Amino acid sequence: MTTSPVILPGPPASSCSNPPILRERGQREVFCGLTGIMWLHRKIQDAFFLIVGSRTCAHLMQSAAGVMIFAEPRFATAIIEERDLAGLADANEELDRVVMRLLERRPDIRLLFLVGSCPSEVIKLDLSRAAKRLSERVAPAVRVLNYSGSGIETTFTQGEDACLAALVPSLAAAPADAPESLLVVGVLADAVEDQFRRIFAEIGIRHVDFLPARKAGSMPSIGPGTRYLLAQPFLGETARLIESRGGQRIAAPFPLGAEGAAGWIHAAGATFGIAPATIDAAITAPLERARKAVSRYRDMLAGRRIFFFPDSQLEVPIARFLHRELGMELVEVGTPYFHKEHLAADLALLPAGTAFSEGQDVDRQLDRCRKAAPDIVVCGLGLANPLEAEGLTTKWAIELVFTPIQGFEQAGDLAELFARPLNRRARLEV
Amino acid sequence: MQLTVWTYEGPPHVGAMRVATAMRDLHYVLHAPQGDTYADLLFTMIERRSKRPPVTYTTFQARDLGGDTAALFQTACHEAYERFRPKAMIVGASCTGELIQDDPAGLAKAGGLPIPVIPLELPSYQKKENWGAAETFYQIVRHLAGPQALPPNSARPIRAAGEKPRCNLLGPTALGFRHRDDVRAVTGLLERMGIAINVTAPWEASPADIARLGNADFNVVLYPEIAGPAAQWLKRSFGQPIVSTVPIGVGATRDFITEVARLAEIDPAPFLKAEESRLPWYSRSVDSTYLTGKRVFIFGDATHAIAAARVAREELGFEVVGLGTYSREFARDVREAAARHGIEALITDDYLEVEARVAELQPELVLGTQMERHIAKRLGVPCAVISAPVHVQDFPARYSPQMGFEGADVLFDTWVHPLMMGLEEHLLGMFRDDFEFHDGAAPSHLGHASRAPARAAEPVIEVAAPAMAEAAAPVVADGPTGWAPEAEQELRKIPFFVRGKARRNTESFAGQRGIRLITVETLYDAKAHFGR
Repeated sequence: MTTSPVILPGPPASSCSNPPILRERGQREVFCGLTGIMWLHRKIQDAFFLIVGSRTCAHLMQSAAGVMIFAEPRFATAIIEERDLAGLADANEELDRVVMRLLERRPDIRLLFLVGSCPSEVIKLDLSRAAKRLSERVAPAVRVLNYSGSGIETTFTQGEDACLAALVPSLAAAPADAPESLLVVGVLADAVEDQFRRIFAEIGIRHVDFLPARKAGSMPSIGPGTRYLLAQPFLGETARLIESRGGQRIAAPFPLGAEGAAGWIHAAGATFGIAPATIDAAITAPLERARKAVSRYRDMLAGRRIFFFPDSQLEVPIARFLHRELGMELVEVGTPYFHKEHLAADLALLPAGTAFSEGQDVDRQLDRCRKAAPDIVVCGLGLANPLEAEGLTTKWAIELVFTPIQGFEQAGDLAELFARPLNRRARLEV
Repeated sequence: MQLTVWTYEGPPHVGAMRVATAMRDLHYVLHAPQGDTYADLLFTMIERRSKRPPVTYTTFQARDLGGDTAALFQTACHEAYERFRPKAMIVGASCTGELIQDDPAGLAKAGGLPIPVIPLELPSYQKKENWGAAETFYQIVRHLAGPQALPPNSARPIRAAGEKPRCNLLGPTALGFRHRDDVRAVTGLLERMGIAINVTAPWEASPADIARLGNADFNVVLYPEIAGPAAQWLKRSFGQPIVSTVPIGVGATRDFITEVARLAEIDPAPFLKAEESRLPWYSRSVDSTYLTGKRVFIFGDATHAIAAARVAREELGFEVVGLGTYSREFARDVREAAARHGIEALITDDYLEVEARVAELQPELVLGTQMERHIAKRLGVPCAVISAPVHVQDFPARYSPQMGFEGADVLFDTWVHPLMMGLEEHLLGMFRDDFEFHDGAAPSHLGHASRAPARAAEPVIEVAAPAMAEAAAPVVADGPTGWAPEAEQELRKIPFFVRGKARRNTESFAGQRGIRLITVETLYDAKAHFGR
């Protein structure tokens, strides 16, 4: 073999660039976009997320991720009560009162998101006007933005899309003569972000920003020189708005697994005219580490059949990783929303005939799943224990969102997440 | 609008889910947006249920709102019936479903399903989880048992001679605090007394079981928050008296036996004698001397909080310094109970208010919910959980009831274990200045390498000091009371688990005397004054 260790095998002989998709509309067993606050508030360290919603929203936040470890977290719910429904004028006054009280209590907050919910959307409480009104009152110390995380409009990770989309118009315009710069879009764990930063520096991309930044005051500027690279597959609206401000997307597979991370870095490098050999030299060591770490789980996972229930929109790139790097068979790849354009590079690497589904009719999907009897099922927390009790092995999907899985150094961890349930089942003798 | 960080109760439709999930052959069709399905994980993850809750959500989205959400609801009802073949159905709306005003009740009725369909009106913007559970259970009972109700002004038929007295056990639901084990404990107790259980509900009851609730002679209400309204209706409709004592603790269990025996027309004496708890002896054994007068703060649902206060005082010899509940519907009962302890009840669902009260009172033990467990952890106070809202830890693998004599034993263990044991506390006091034994040293079993970080500078006190100064305000000339460095130093020699109390006592002693600067002298004067 004389090929460079980083040259990737080509796409499959027959790939699925434009696959048929089973579209379903029935009961959806998914989180709403509010759930994104769980990781968004950890990422933006001086931001506060105020949900304007019902007791259900507050209960969701408290139950969904068991995050009560934070004494006074940087999120809360302004619970709409009977009298707020009686008159919207009063509801606005009430909201202002709640926000002022909150900011008094939390002088450390620099960025406040008013987050719309199902009830606030249905009663048409105009949070964008409220944000504007409140911004005028509390500027410049605090900026107030708004987005909707409601279940009637957003599914789980789309909450992050909505949040970042709200940030985009507030970003400063880059000077007209600014050189081309790289913008990585989508929340990544800080450690992962730092790893990518080092690689980009090493291959010679000088201006690299991440959206969102860790502090409200250090959000990047954007303009026609912005070349953006999506770190997450669920950022359709954010991408659209970045493009409306002149940004151009760098098409790439998502940075999951050794292959995904390498493809992602190569795509960025190519955009900035960096020689492939330079990039290969920079990523040889991490790529090798990633391959080695992943190969440890190949025996356990190769040939195993996996079924995805829709959850985070990460399903397609993760399926690509599991199929290409671990040899798993894809029974069904369900995803809440299928963004063909953003997923193009990942789809090209999947074999023709892969069964995709978009949306959900949970009972029918459960029927299909039981019938297919896969070796492992990726699903939400509401379904996992019942399926385990039926004898199926599950991987709960939310862990894929809460665990750092992107990049070379995390490729092995990502594989391990799928090997662990099988490993566990193999160990238990009772 | 109410600013909320953490909530004690979910929305009322979650209460309805707790009832539906506890039952068999019942299905709940809920008009709710995508996302409300999160509630399933409460049951499958926290309670580790092996089945999905019997709930179909319409999960409408924005694009459906312009169209026919009512049709969506009707389709959901029909498909749920075809797939699950329940014997009865409850239908209603979540908070958002309520706003779009599709009238699930009317739609379901028009749907013509061949089973009883029970509409629920659960006002999400006024009411909460326990109310929702109570209303749901009441509606189910009224709809399914109603047709068997006695004609007005007629008496219950007399039980045939030789027939066992029968009762219903009402209130246990899914996601309840130890409901699973309480049912077993109380069922065992009643059966040993020769009383037959007619129906336990909602716990594992089918619609057919609900229909025969009227066959019992009386009702045992385990959880008034949930079964109160249904039991009142059964009393009116079937003339069934209610056992009002909740058997949590030794004294309450004895009262319960006496009350049950009276309704069953049997002699309680043999059962009072035969049923044993270790609690009375454990409390009398000398190691428990150290429990005397421990200051305890209690917060939970009304039933558990009131019961815990009685056990704490009468059965463990604690001093109840705080008692409160988030169950506003039961505020009066809790206020009365608090008055019996000579304190004022805290009625709130604002967790920050509870935290402030705990910080102010500086109890030596907190008995509360998972929320108070977090508060106590932050403030460095031992804590045991006595009430919902629940956490995965509140569903132990072992049998661990709260009710009956076995429950009393569980209470003794779970409340006393977080505290320093008697001899241990004594030794710590003796060796408090020992270089290997001071409170900054890590426990010996962790080895010397893992030296624990110095105890976070008594967070309790930081919060409490201003509050105490305020409380003493009438006597203090102006400004808060301060500590001289030597006094501060001396205070540190007091074992950490009583230091908060010593500080509080000294400050209130100084405050009452207008002493602005606490010296070593003041510290010991206060010690002499308070006597312990």
